Amino acid sequence: MMKRFVSPARVRTVLLLLAVMMLATSCGWSLWDNPMTTVRPRSDFGRWIDEIFMLISWTTLVIFIAVEGGLLYCCWRFRDRPGAPIPKQIHGHTPLEIGWTVAFALVLLIIGIPTIKIIFRTQEAPAATDLHVNVVGHQWWWEFQYPDYKITTADELHLPGGRTAAFYLHAPDVIHSFWMPQLGGKRDVVPHRVNRIILTPDVPKVTTEHPGQCAEYCGTSHANMRFRVIVHPEGEFEQWVKAQQAPPVDSTDPLAQQGKDLFTKSTCVGCHSIAGVSAGHIGPDLTHFASRGTFAGSLMKSTPDNVAKWIENPQQMKPGALMPNLGITSEQSKAMAAYLLSLK
Amino acid sequence: MADHAVAAHAVHDPNIGNTGLDHRKMGMWIFLGSDCMFFGSLIGTYLSYKGKSLSGPGPHDVFNIPLTSYSAALLLASSLFMVLALARLQEHRVKAAALWLFLTAAAGLHFVLNQVYEFTTFALHEGLRLSTNLFGSTFFVLTGFHGAHVTGGVLWLTILMVLALRGRLDHRDYTKVEIAGLYWHFVDIVWIAIFAVIYLIP
Amino acid sequence: MATQAAFMPGTEAAKRQSVLWSWLTTVDHKRIGILYGTSAFIFFLIGGIEAVIMRLQLARPDNTLVSAQTFNELFTMHGTTMIFLAVMPLSASFFNYMIPLMIGARDVAFPRLNALSYWIFLAGALFLNSSWLLGMAPDGGWFGYANLSSDQFSPAMNIDFWMLGLQILGFSSMLAGFNFIVTIINMRAPGMTLMRMPVFIWMSFVTQFLLVLAFPAITVGLILLMFDRFFGTLFYMPSAGGDPLLWQHLFWIFGHPEVYILILPAMGIVSEVLPTFARKPLFGAPFVIFSGITIGFLGFGVWSHHMFAVGMGPVADSAFSIATMLIAVPTGVKILNWIATLWGGSLRFKTPLYFSLGFIAMFTMGGLSGVMHASPPVDLQQTDSYFVVAHFHYVLFGGSIFGLFSGIYYWWPKINGRLLDERLGLWHFWLMLIGFNVTFFPQHFLGLIGMPRRIYTYAPDLGWNFWNMVSTIGALIIVLSFLIFIVNVIKTIRSGTVAGPDPWDGRTLEWSIPSPPPVYNFAIEPVVHDRDEFWLQKYGDGHGGKPATRPRAATAQDIAAIHMPAPSYWPILLALAVAFMISGLLVSMYQVIAGGLLTLIFMYKFAMEHHRPAPGHGH
Repeated sequence: MMKRFVSPARVRTVLLLLAVMMLATSCGWSLWDNPMTTVRPRSDFGRWIDEIFMLISWTTLVIFIAVEGGLLYCCWRFRDRPGAPIPKQIHGHTPLEIGWTVAFALVLLIIGIPTIKIIFRTQEAPAATDLHVNVVGHQWWWEFQYPDYKITTADELHLPGGRTAAFYLHAPDVIHSFWMPQLGGKRDVVPHRVNRIILTPDVPKVTTEHPGQCAEYCGTSHANMRFRVIVHPEGEFEQWVKAQQAPPVDSTDPLAQQGKDLFTKSTCVGCHSIAGVSAGHIGPDLTHFASRGTFAGSLMKSTPDNVAKWIENPQQMKPGALMPNLGITSEQSKAMAAYLLSLK
Repeated sequence: MADHAVAAHAVHDPNIGNTGLDHRKMGMWIFLGSDCMFFGSLIGTYLSYKGKSLSGPGPHDVFNIPLTSYSAALLLASSLFMVLALARLQEHRVKAAALWLFLTAAAGLHFVLNQVYEFTTFALHEGLRLSTNLFGSTFFVLTGFHGAHVTGGVLWLTILMVLALRGRLDHRDYTKVEIAGLYWHFVDIVWIAIFAVIYLIP
Repeated sequence: MATQAAFMPGTEAAKRQSVLWSWLTTVDHKRIGILYGTSAFIFFLIGGIEAVIMRLQLARPDNTLVSAQTFNELFTMHGTTMIFLAVMPLSASFFNYMIPLMIGARDVAFPRLNALSYWIFLAGALFLNSSWLLGMAPDGGWFGYANLSSDQFSPAMNIDFWMLGLQILGFSSMLAGFNFIVTIINMRAPGMTLMRMPVFIWMSFVTQFLLVLAFPAITVGLILLMFDRFFGTLFYMPSAGGDPLLWQHLFWIFGHPEVYILILPAMGIVSEVLPTFARKPLFGAPFVIFSGITIGFLGFGVWSHHMFAVGMGPVADSAFSIATMLIAVPTGVKILNWIATLWGGSLRFKTPLYFSLGFIAMFTMGGLSGVMHASPPVDLQQTDSYFVVAHFHYVLFGGSIFGLFSGIYYWWPKINGRLLDERLGLWHFWLMLIGFNVTFFPQHFLGLIGMPRRIYTYAPDLGWNFWNMVSTIGALIIVLSFLIFIVNVIKTIRSGTVAGPDPWDGRTLEWSIPSPPPVYNFAIEPVVHDRDEFWLQKYGDGHGGKPATRPRAATAQDIAAIHMPAPSYWPILLALAVAFMISGLLVSMYQVIAGGLLTLIFMYKFAMEHHRPAPGHGH
């Protein structure tokens, strides 16, 4: 029989390596400042989740150290020594079994009770004063409607800091999941039911942007189904609402006018709405397209170049995009882009 | 030791285990447990969609309770016939057993033909098909798979009957016929459940 | 009474067969085990390549190594392959090879059905992977959520390959389940009461019940999907009032027991390896057994913890949360019992032990992140993100795969008659452990900083770049570790150190027979007094009792009296007919009907193969 056993020196080296690995990965890297982090919540919903997360994290860390430590200790202390006799053939110890079973159950009670409390707290009914937002998940972009203000927009969700918002989630096609990590947990968007999230974003000092993304695989461009949440400090949300409620800008730029002309004569009008110009409901509402910094499911920045390229060949920029390729020439797309980018 | 005696006997019959139980019978029981989960899932699907059809005929617009009660009676009777077939086989009366197997299979076939009649009536005269509404989808798939199970059983019993008539099946094959019987009784019990849950309960 | 032709190697009948034919018609559980194991390993490599391509694509933001469609096919096939074509058949290879050996039997209850299970599995695996060759690999995720899987949103045949492939694979698993349940109940050696069964047998036993009771749920779910896609039913059609969540319920009622199907065999292996290499019995074996049974039961009651984000309401969320936390108790109990087995032992650090220790360490981590997921509010942040990807890789790779490799290194000498190389084994272990952790530990972070799963690319300004690159490097280290394993196999398969019957000073019956075992396993049927019967025969019970009586030496007469089941070509033919019938759904109804008729005829032939002929035909 081969004689190979783990020497104390070797065990110490391994332990050191593991510790360095763990430390290196844990500290020195801040999860705190990430644009889509879940550990620095900016809403009440996010904070309630974070409370439980912290409780469970610390509890599991203690268990982790105890169990892994016990394992490593056994490996070091009870390694085979040459000439050692057969160890005592212990079969078990019932009181110990009962003891640690009860201990585990107690730990889970400590985790379970706050969990149930928060489950119910996060699923309470909305109040009449909540800001009502309809979130509609399409393949592969997000639509946002504010029925109280008669506003429909896409890709960018504006919220007033400090006011409770009630999101009603609608899915006209397949299952999606609405996730704004910095503001709280996700909720699936399921056809034929209306799910709900209620949260109150913190009041920011300046207008703050929080990226979001679809979190339920929904087809080819699931990865491209993104959105941005813009939380406004006191008083600024109302300004945004007024700007959205205003009729579309009528640009005097000749290129933009050419673009408008092309738009009204093409099949674009069948899918898109621009107040006073067209009434299509398949694609995003474009009335205030240029008030948004991104487009196409918040995939790209709204630059003239990007918009023109998108109009010419949507599938090139977003695989599987449902906006058809209408064979628009680059002359035409430049004009149409100018038109869209005039719609502030 | 008794263990050795059992073991010594078991060596000669590959179908009997050290417990003295027949592998095939045990296997059939476990298969039936699995099939319970199968039908349970189908019945659960039916129940979860009950009353949720958006349009089209509903159960009590189309069901012919007298006919389906008759079908249920057929299956119940066929289970009795199956028991009699097994009894005759045990008494070494192979021809009589073949007769009872025939009657069991015939009752089962009659059940299936009734079901074919029911399905065609629904499709052609009541406007109820697989794709009509949720009721159509759930009803046809659930009862259709049950009917397929019955059909499989009829085939099995017919083969056993033919083997018996040709002298290739006798009292030594009791277990083989017994497991066919277990399957048949199961199919009957599932029908009782379906009949009660789908046809009778409003 | 049915008789089976005696068939022993070395006889005239055996010599007349070609090697290939002998493998195609084998009904020997040991050969079937080798077939499962070899196939599983090949599919494991395929699944691994799929993973590496994904990791290469994700190493950098906005990468263009593969298209969105290809990536979506890759993650679908990687998950499906690893679960159904790698881990499950690897477990099956151990069920097949080791269960009869460890219960003192000569084969399983239904040897031809056993072969049928394997050939149906292979048919399903090839059918599923043929989709790659046709350029339409499944792309709906391994979980195929409705209504993305409907023909409205997935009109091409990709989903059909997945749907039908899984049905075929399900039949294989269920047939094997019936076989092993009957084998374990009915074929234990005299004296082996249920509580004297080795713990690997117990864990396998519970797994078989999970297989036969959980698969029907997904069978029904897939049937409903098939009818929707082929015959226009409305089961998952929201426009007709159908509920996509019906699919999720049916899928997860299967899917949750499925994960216990994936982990329990590995837990069983660890429960054998630790006592052997610690030289003392499994601590609290009855508690480990009862924990396994409890996990099996409770496993049917937690399925909706995969659905905490779908909006089931606070009551359902709470109920499933509590049930899920409850399951953590027996799991934790097992882990402590394993560690207590090491306590006071005399640990011989060989490769099998390293992998079992790795299992405990990694599975514990996966289990703890699982406890986080058990809390719905926390899960709302973690589900569908890379956090849960990290969680399940810790339990499935860190758990199942490490456990299965422990079994491979442990039982390889029994199966092959030669030892694997220890040094290469340790290199494999350490590289795999390090590579695995470098790949998956950072994915916890990626989840916590908002990276969703199943995305083929990501924006460069979200802070995900660094950890994705690290994770990819880890994947490449894992690849290296597998190459070392392959080199080890190639190096030692013909020329490794001869193992002898008992290279590890084992405790259970399989170590009491030659390596590799003769076709009949045991010349004399053993009589069992204890779970560690063989240890008892060698050393006594350690409390002053004498060693148990060893079985007497076998005589030529003993061996001549053994009847082994004859080989048969009906299993492979029947499997081909079933595959022909089901694949016909993608070709034409005529093929389905023809395949169906062939299936019925071959089933008849299979059943009648050993039935006696009509009187007057002689025998």
